[in-house]
Order: sequence, then C-alpha cells, then structure tokens
Amino acid sequence: MSSAPEIVFAGTDGGALTELAAYEAVGGLTALRRAREMTPAQIVAELEASQLRGRGGAFFPTGRKWSFLPKPEQNPRPHYLVVNADESEPGTFKDREIMLRVPFRFLEGCLVAARAIESTRVFVYIRGEYLREFEVLVSALEQLRARNLLGDVTIVLHRGAGAYICGEETALLESLEGERGQPRTKPPFPAIAGLYASPTAVNNVESITTVTPIIEMGGAEYAKLGVEDSTGTRVFSLSGNVVRPGNYELPHGYPLRDLIYEVGGGIADGRTLKAVIPGGSSTPILTASEAEKVTLDFDSLSQAGTAIGSAAVIVLDDRCCMVQLGVRVSQFYEHESCGKCTPCRVGTRWLTQILKKIEAGHGTHADLDLLLDVGDHVNGTCLCPLGDSDAIAVASYVAKFREEFLQHIEDGGCPFHGTSSLDGIVAPTDVHEAHAGGAEIHRPLEVVG
Amino acid sequence: MSPTLHDEIREVVKEYPEPRSAIIPALRLAQERHGGWLPDEAFRQVAEALDVTPAYCVSIASFYDMFHTEPVGRHLVEVCTNVSCAVSGAQRVVEAFERELGVHAGETTEDGNVTLRTVECLGGCGWATVVAVDNRHHLRVQAGDVGGIVKELGE
Ligand SMILES: Cc1cc2nc3c(=O)[nH]c(=O)nc-3n(C[C@H](O)[C@H](O)[C@H](O)COP(=O)(O)O)c2cc1C
Ligand code: SF4
Ligand code: FES
Repeated sequence: MSSAPEIVFAGTDGGALTELAAYEAVGGLTALRRAREMTPAQIVAELEASQLRGRGGAFFPTGRKWSFLPKPEQNPRPHYLVVNADESEPGTFKDREIMLRVPFRFLEGCLVAARAIESTRVFVYIRGEYLREFEVLVSALEQLRARNLLGDVTIVLHRGAGAYICGEETALLESLEGERGQPRTKPPFPAIAGLYASPTAVNNVESITTVTPIIEMGGAEYAKLGVEDSTGTRVFSLSGNVVRPGNYELPHGYPLRDLIYEVGGGIADGRTLKAVIPGGSSTPILTASEAEKVTLDFDSLSQAGTAIGSAAVIVLDDRCCMVQLGVRVSQFYEHESCGKCTPCRVGTRWLTQILKKIEAGHGTHADLDLLLDVGDHVNGTCLCPLGDSDAIAVASYVAKFREEFLQHIEDGGCPFHGTSSLDGIVAPTDVHEAHAGGAEIHRPLEVVG
Repeated sequence: MSPTLHDEIREVVKEYPEPRSAIIPALRLAQERHGGWLPDEAFRQVAEALDVTPAYCVSIASFYDMFHTEPVGRHLVEVCTNVSCAVSGAQRVVEAFERELGVHAGETTEDGNVTLRTVECLGGCGWATVVAVDNRHHLRVQAGDVGGIVKELGE
C-alpha cells in the first residue's frame, strides 16, 4: 500500500470522528480559530496558493471561484455558500464517507469558506437518499451550536429528493429555491447571481472539507502534495470488479495501475481487466492497456482523452459486454434528463434504443453510424453537460471497442451469449417502459413457497 | 397535542429566506403522514401551508424520484442496478427479491406490504450491491441475504 499522507481523513485511523471532543483531540478547530484572525482576502489567498481545484467534477480553482464574488460593498445582497452534497454521479461515493467520518472537518470548512466569501448563510444540499449522513451532520451541527462555535453563521442542512441533475450547480440552486431542478442558462454565474439572485459560491463537499487542512498547514505546503496542475490528495472511489473496492485517499498523480492492483488488490474472481471508467460514468472509457499507462491527475487523464471527473474509478473485467454497458449508461442519462432541451431529452432515449437494437442482434452497420450521428447531434447542443456526457461516454465505447459492436451486428447477437456481467440488468427506465406497455422486460417468475 | 402537518411545515419554512424553498421538506413531511405517498389531499395541505397552488406541488413532486404520486407498499425496497452494482451481481439480487416477494420490479405485493423497485446509483458503488429498505442502506447485499431482509419486513 501507499504511504500517502491523509489530509481529508487525517486523524481518523480508519474510524470516524463524530464527537467534537475526539475531533479536537486530533487538532480539530485549529483552522477555524486561525481563519477568524485572518481577513477574507487572506483566506482566499491561501486557497489560491494551495491551487485546490474543485472536487465535484469540473476541477475549477476554488480560490479563484471565491474571488469572483463581489464584495459586500459592491453588492449588498446577502452572500451565500451552497455546498453540493448531492453526490449522484454513478461510481462516486466519496462525499458520503467524508460526511460520515469527518463531519466536523467538513463543517469547519463550511465556516472558513463562509468567512472567505463574507457570508453568514450556508446551505448544504445533501442528496435525499443519504439519510444516515444527514443524521450525522445534524448531530455534528448540534454539537457545534451547543459550544457556540458557529458565530454569526447559520448552516441549513437541506435534503434533496432524488434527482441526479440537481448535482449540476444551477439546477441545485433552482431546486433549493423550490423549483423543479432544471439547469439555468449561464451567465450569469452563481458567483454573480446565484441563490435568490444573490452572490453565491457553490462547492463540493470534498473541496470544502479540504479547505480546513489547507488553512491548518498553509496553502503553499498543501501545494507540495500531488503533481503540477493537480495539487493535493484526492479521495478516489474505487468500484466494480476489484478485490478491495472502497474509498482511498491518495495524492493526485498516483498511477491508475497501482490503485487497481496494489491498493485495490487486483481484479476479482481471477478475471482479467478489460476497461476502466476513470472519473465517474460521464467520463470516456480507457482500455486495459491505456489504464496501465495513466496517472490519476488532470493532465494525464486529459491527454488520454478522458477526464478525472469525480475521481470515481469503475473497473470492468472481461465479462463486461460493451454494448450492454452502453445501454445501461445511456439508460441512466435518459432517466435523469431534466427534459429542458430537446437534443438531450430525445437524444438520450434514441441512444438507448439504438444500442438495445444492436444488443438484440437486430442492428446494422447503418445503425452504428446512426448511433454516432445522434451522439454528435446531442453533444454540444445542450444547456448543461448531462446530454453531452451520454453521447461522449457511448462514443468512447464504440471508439475503443468497435470490434465488439461489429460482432453484435455481424453475428446477429451478443457474443457473450448471456454470460456478460451486465446481462439481464433491469434499469428504472425498463420498468417505466414495461408499465407504459412498451418493451417486454419481464422474465417469468418462479414464485417460491 | 401533537403538531399538525401545517404546523410542522410552518416550522420548516422558518429555516429559509423564501417559503417556497421549503417545498421538498414539506412534501416529505406530507408523504410521511400519508402512508408513503402523496394523494390529492396531501398536495392541498402543502399548497395551503406554503401559499402555492396544488398543481405547483404536483409539478415539483413529479420531478423527484423519492416522491410517490401513486400508492406504495408500507415498505419500499430499492435495488441499485447502475453499473458498479450490476457488474457485482445486482441482477441476481433483484431476481431474489422478485422470487421472495412474488412481484416484479416496479410492483407492490398483493397485501400492500412491500413495493419493489430498481433505482439508479445510490452512492455506495464500492459496497455493491446496495439495497435501500425504507431509505436505510444495506451494503454488499447478495442474493443469499434477500430472504432475511424480506423476513424482517413482516407480513
Ligand atoms: C449533470 C451534472 C451533475 C453534477 N453532479 C454533481 C454532484 O453530484 N456533486 C458535485 O459536487 N458536483 C456535481 N456537478 C458539478 C457541479 O455543477 C459544480 O461544478 C460543483 O458542485 C462545483 O463545486 P467544486 O468547484 O467544489 O467542484 C455536476 C455537474 C453536472 C453537469
Ligand atoms: S442537457 Fe439535459 S439535463 Fe441538461 S438542461 Fe438540457 S435537458 Fe436538462
Ligand atoms: S452503482 Fe450501485 S450504488 Fe452506485
């Protein structure tokens, strides 16, 4: 295993720091005390020095984002900090573990960040399905309140209700205002006109949690970790066909190969590696040989034609049919499309349908061209990146595994003959279609007892 | 006297600069009071408490997966079938639930006790297969665990 420094999970010793006293015993609240002696500009300067970039997916420099907010004297409306705890990108489960194990480091980061942007109102938008995480935060917040540590800041824990699109920052703000969670046109960016049209910083849970150690150790010291352009550590969510899936905090620049084979214990069930989705299901796939070469940072993954995204590494072994993977991924985006733009609403559905036809063995070469053509018409024509993600992901499966797509077409069926690891999987969209009298999905039931 | 739904909603509203922001918590409270789903009566109550129209409440509820506009069972079993769970055997877990409960995914048992459905990624991909039972997550569920989970849900 690596001797990587723990920054986000420091002091946890593999467990959870859910009592304030335990958190203070490992140096907790140092950053808050220090930040309260600093000016907002000094805090922003530390963040800029750390070169921390957003952990939610877009990798935007956090300090720079904060510097875009007007000063209260330039815009007297209340300023808001909104924390994105909606974590729903398939493959990603890091924010959840952060909230469960270091809730105080996270809340301390909220207080420091609020000070940096001169805000006294914080909203944490936590996905509705994270009930236990919500309860842990409620308890931690109560402990801070009881000790009068919140100062003049109010932190509201707001539970969502199940919609992937609400992770997109402007959709999240709409949802928080009590509207349907549909993205807004940008500009204006949230820094200028966000929640209730007021200056707003939207940041991911891991970004905010990392603010705490940055203030503790100093931005320049933090920037020594990781690699150029991708400083610091990252909590990687490793899932799929590995022996030891889980969250692992490692420095940026860590070899993907080592994450899979050393940290993750290699491919499970004695199988072989076929492909890796390196940054959540929205990011283009890597073949096994490409996965051998890349390191887990912005530059290396961009050069390989993919992205670090939400740092969710999904490992797929040789049992995975790439056409079925396309169907399942596309079904997700189809299900989660908010419906605002036609190319996304209709295109994601078409992609699924064409892929299903190819999987069923009824596809032609023209269908494969059509698949890519539909993707091209979705990509770049949508308001937010959701539609693009489907098109880009599916196009990457075709580009990297074209032979397998052709085999489906030329052999008139799936070369896995029912043995693919994704075979027969029932997505929510399959159930909806069955209810609408559409596609036949139901297998005969063997009712027991 | 225990608080009415209206009182509870007005309490939540205080947390927000604008009352409308409380619509998700308000619908959640209403859903809890109405046996896990939102009948017309629930929309009228929420609308009244937030000073919006019932139609507006319906438009919000229909956007989110966790709100149910049709009756559901007393218990809700949700199996994640997104990629990481799927390649780790989620389909066998779904089938085991279907057998044990005697319903297909998307259906409710005849006695109204359990609704079974498949859902998108629950944010527990490294602990596949993830099954949410009344919003409590069971991790690393295998087909063999299903009988025990169903038994706990009772008749
Ligand atoms: C479709 C979509 C879904 C997203 N989901 C999330 C999410 O679940 N969590 C998150 O932090 N960011 C998510 N993002 C990114 C946010 O829009 C935003 O960039 C991020 O919250 C900013 O925080 P950061 O700068 O700290 O990363 C999503 C973006 C898109 C387009
Ligand atoms: S791209 Fe899709 S999810 Fe994004 S705004 Fe348009 S319809 Fe909604
Ligand atoms: S894929 Fe099942 S929890 Fe994420």
